[in-house]
Amino acid sequence: MTAFVRNQWYVAAYAHEVGRELLGRTVLGEPILLYRTEDGRAVGLADRCVHRRFPLSEHPSRLEGDKVVCGYHGFTYGTDGVCVRVPGQTRVPRTARLATYPVVEQDSFVWVWIGDREPGDTLPPRAPWLDSPHYTTVCGMEPIEGDYGLLVDNLLDLSHETYLHGGYIGTPEVAETPITTEVDDKSAIVRVSRHMDDAECPPFYANSTGIQGRITRWQDIEYHAPALYLLHSRVAPVGTPAPRPDGSDPDAFHVEVVYGITPSTEKSTYDFWAVARDFALDDQEVTEYLRSSNHTVVMQDVVALNALQRALDTEKPGYQELSINIDTGGLAARRILARLAAENSPQAAAR
Amino acid sequence: MNTLTEGEVYRIHWVPGTDRLLAVCHCGGEREFEDPVALWDWLLAHPEGHSSPHAHASPAAS
Repeated sequence: MTAFVRNQWYVAAYAHEVGRELLGRTVLGEPILLYRTEDGRAVGLADRCVHRRFPLSEHPSRLEGDKVVCGYHGFTYGTDGVCVRVPGQTRVPRTARLATYPVVEQDSFVWVWIGDREPGDTLPPRAPWLDSPHYTTVCGMEPIEGDYGLLVDNLLDLSHETYLHGGYIGTPEVAETPITTEVDDKSAIVRVSRHMDDAECPPFYANSTGIQGRITRWQDIEYHAPALYLLHSRVAPVGTPAPRPDGSDPDAFHVEVVYGITPSTEKSTYDFWAVARDFALDDQEVTEYLRSSNHTVVMQDVVALNALQRALDTEKPGYQELSINIDTGGLAARRILARLAAENSPQAAAR
Repeated sequence: MNTLTEGEVYRIHWVPGTDRLLAVCHCGGEREFEDPVALWDWLLAHPEGHSSPHAHASPAAS
């Protein structure tokens, strides 16, 4: 399995999922309860009652103002995790306290910090398009029954679009076009770039942009290990001027594809996906088309990765893989994840 | 692609018209490979085997 990287921010939910209903998510094996206080603040607490470990996100647990009441025996907790009431006695044991999780709301995500120390000044990486008024975004979350490393591998090598996502986002040119890879080891960022000068326009872009003919198609991946993946996608009819020196690019269509990659357990992963576009902002038909198409694409990945995990589970230890040029970015990501995991393991913290 | 300017950045170019990869270390050392696994082994062995004049951090003993 791909080792977990602690002392990091992870996407636990979309902001719109966290409200006055109790929501349970498991991140890096830690069950977390999420809800919003009456004044709108998102709270993250351990999702297990200290008494008999009942999940506080399970019915009939409930909110009473900003306090959480366990649905099993009524143990009641404040937003600071401190138990304030137990049944049948006035004395509340001093140790009756839930762990709390640092929470940041940013770019439409609710991020939680999973670690053995406080985050300090460390903030999650940014995906500003997702709640920008200059973009329209569709999004969703699909659980994968697989190691999160499988999703990282999948997203770092987009040549699979040609085969797994043909008829949606894949065309022959994706697999045929060489990539450039750039790795910033210190910042734990992997960039993989594939610029297609003259490519078929796949239905995903033809139907959303209205482009009829062939396109220049740029895919610039920026993976902020371990938790956030960005794909800057630029599509324009062949012959369209390149971006201007000031960075503006008024003649092209831009889609920012964002993935929050959140390991849940050793063999399950939350796949938070979002697609933000800078064109046809108010066109509901385009919105619904992109939502439906991208959901289909995500599900193609989910089904494939679930099958891959099942196959890997039957492999003998030490099985061999074969890597080729298209895997350069994925290999870099694996190496960075292994380094980060080792540096942030509880054993490393104890040293 | 944006170019990173800080930190230790490794760049790998797919040599146009070939199946070969050109690895460029942050020290300026360069080498071509056919296998990305061997490529990463070489890059990460820095400075060992990196023949660039910048590959060794300390000056040669006089």
